[in-house]
Amino acid sequence: MTGRLQIGAIRSSFAPWEDPLLKPLVRFEAVSKRFGETAAVSEVSLAIYEGEFFALLGPSGCGKTTLMRMLAGFETPDAGRILLDGEDIAPLPPHRRPVHMMFQSYALFPHLTVAQNVAFGLKQRGDPKAEIDARVDEMLGLVKLAGLGRRRPDQLSGGQRQRVALARAIAPSPRILLLDEPLAALDRKLREETRVELMALQQTLGMTFVIVTHDQDEAMVLADRIAVMRDGEVAQVGRPAEIYEAPADRYVAGFVGDVNLFEARLDSVDGGRVRLASPEGRFEADDDDPPEVGATAWLAVRPEKMRLTVEPPPEGPNRLSGRISDIGYLGDWTTYGVEIAPGRVIRAARANAARRVEAPLGWDDQVWLAFAPDAAVVLKR
Amino acid sequence: MKPERAALAAVAPYLWLLAFFAVPFLLVAKLSLSDSVLAMPPYAPQIDLSRGADGVRAFLAALDLETYLRLVRDHLYLDAYLSSLRLAATGTVILLLIGYPIAYGITRCAPGPRQALLMAVILPFWTSFLIRIYAWIAILKPQGLLNAALGALGLEPVNLLNTEAAVILGLVYAYLPFMVLPLYAVLTRQDESLIEAAQDLGASPTRAFWTVTVPLSLPGVAAGALLCFIPMAGEFVIPDLLGGSETLMLGKVIWIEFFANRDWPAASAVAIVLLVTLLVPIMLLERAPPKVLR
Repeated sequence: MTGRLQIGAIRSSFAPWEDPLLKPLVRFEAVSKRFGETAAVSEVSLAIYEGEFFALLGPSGCGKTTLMRMLAGFETPDAGRILLDGEDIAPLPPHRRPVHMMFQSYALFPHLTVAQNVAFGLKQRGDPKAEIDARVDEMLGLVKLAGLGRRRPDQLSGGQRQRVALARAIAPSPRILLLDEPLAALDRKLREETRVELMALQQTLGMTFVIVTHDQDEAMVLADRIAVMRDGEVAQVGRPAEIYEAPADRYVAGFVGDVNLFEARLDSVDGGRVRLASPEGRFEADDDDPPEVGATAWLAVRPEKMRLTVEPPPEGPNRLSGRISDIGYLGDWTTYGVEIAPGRVIRAARANAARRVEAPLGWDDQVWLAFAPDAAVVLKR
Repeated sequence: MKPERAALAAVAPYLWLLAFFAVPFLLVAKLSLSDSVLAMPPYAPQIDLSRGADGVRAFLAALDLETYLRLVRDHLYLDAYLSSLRLAATGTVILLLIGYPIAYGITRCAPGPRQALLMAVILPFWTSFLIRIYAWIAILKPQGLLNAALGALGLEPVNLLNTEAAVILGLVYAYLPFMVLPLYAVLTRQDESLIEAAQDLGASPTRAFWTVTVPLSLPGVAAGALLCFIPMAGEFVIPDLLGGSETLMLGKVIWIEFFANRDWPAASAVAIVLLVTLLVPIMLLERAPPKVLR
């Protein structure tokens, strides 16, 4: 496809939310929940589709866990409805819901073996013993724990316990698998491996996964769509690339990834091109749905979209100059802080594409920053 | 901590056990192997240290198992053992049946009422144990509070005082906190998410209780049962005050042998046998704990 540009670097044919005829598997309708004085969840409406990997992302206390616990049945909404396959699930107690949860603490039964843990849900359902045994073996194979069925949870490593919890939750083939911060307790290397495995598992099973996480990387990598939450409300729902490249507001822009924000006044709109003015300089950005002329707006530019040069860029908008105040070498990337005015630091990042550099940058170097109009997003709030 | 101090800290419990358990135990064991005599002290032989090693040898030669043989031959002692163990076992079962729901109920309460209820469990300790047992006499005696209440309801009076039922009632009343507190301790530590996980996987709240809560609370059940069973088996005051002459418990037998019959060896032998009977099951439990207790 040429001409019209797409958001994000990934082409995916899986987008059930774009099909107006498709009924969502789960629908939250203006769901609210209070705990005493605090509103944990207020007026949340969401649709989650069959086969989707959906992430609820937000800082602690944003209501994401409460939302998940309402879906599992451990909390009841004060207002609004939760529909599963079009039916209100309010009358169903947790043990009658076809929704299983992988707990953050894993909540493995310490008095049962690994195999008995995995068999627990199947036993409650009253499956025949031979079937249970076969399914348990299958599940343990799936999470690469074959042969460990007779161990007890306290004889396993953290990563193995995490897999048992996963196997236990998926063994009875729930309609929806809820994952409450599933990777939070693992160290970084294991977390990255497990992420990949989770994705593969979800693909294999075709099961609907809903994950609650405060880790934006985790949500970005795993999810088909992310709901970014703030103070009990959904700030934005969208594909990871939409959340990152077209954030709805400053909160989303700042929560997912690093961002440089410039408060500016909208000077003029010319086609899709918006011109803004601020004490820090003149800016131009592409925007199909700009705010009114004269309104205050915020220009958001990601660090990796800043071009950092020693030579001044051509005269024009979207350029800033300053002094390098900090450098962070991450191996694959180097991040720079450029002080453009006392106390005002703009972040820029460069991929370390070459092993050897002719003129490396150093602290206190005078440098220029520039960005393309297409690299900036105009935020109304 | 310096190494010497650490070593001292490790040795201290053993010194304590030596001084307050092993030495008294050996004294009582020695006493049980002696003979009863009409003298002061009322037992023989005595060690004559003035004769040196010969004295010790003569003393050891005079010790025998005669008292123990008497315990076996006289069915009174065996009956007292069996009735003590039976009453203690009955009491323990009733305590479990009452104590478990109480402990479970307290853990389910909001923090405010929970503290109040725990206080209510502990509060009776602040009154003298004897006074509380005497109070039961006032309640259970033929013209007591119980029969007054039954009469007011137009029911037949019951005569409980000086029966085995009164002893069990007294035991259950007196030992309830020792059952409730260890149970509360394990139940309150239980991870709430385990119950949620069980329900999430399709177990009804009742099933989740029986498949998760109860098995995980077994260490508390064992602790509470031992904490109640052992002292109840040797209990003296409650059967003495609330039980009749036909309720024979070991505590009373020891008292009678010691004070009424002045037969110190017999009293010691009864005590030693009781100790061994109670220690053996505990040691077995320690050595081969069921998997759930780990």
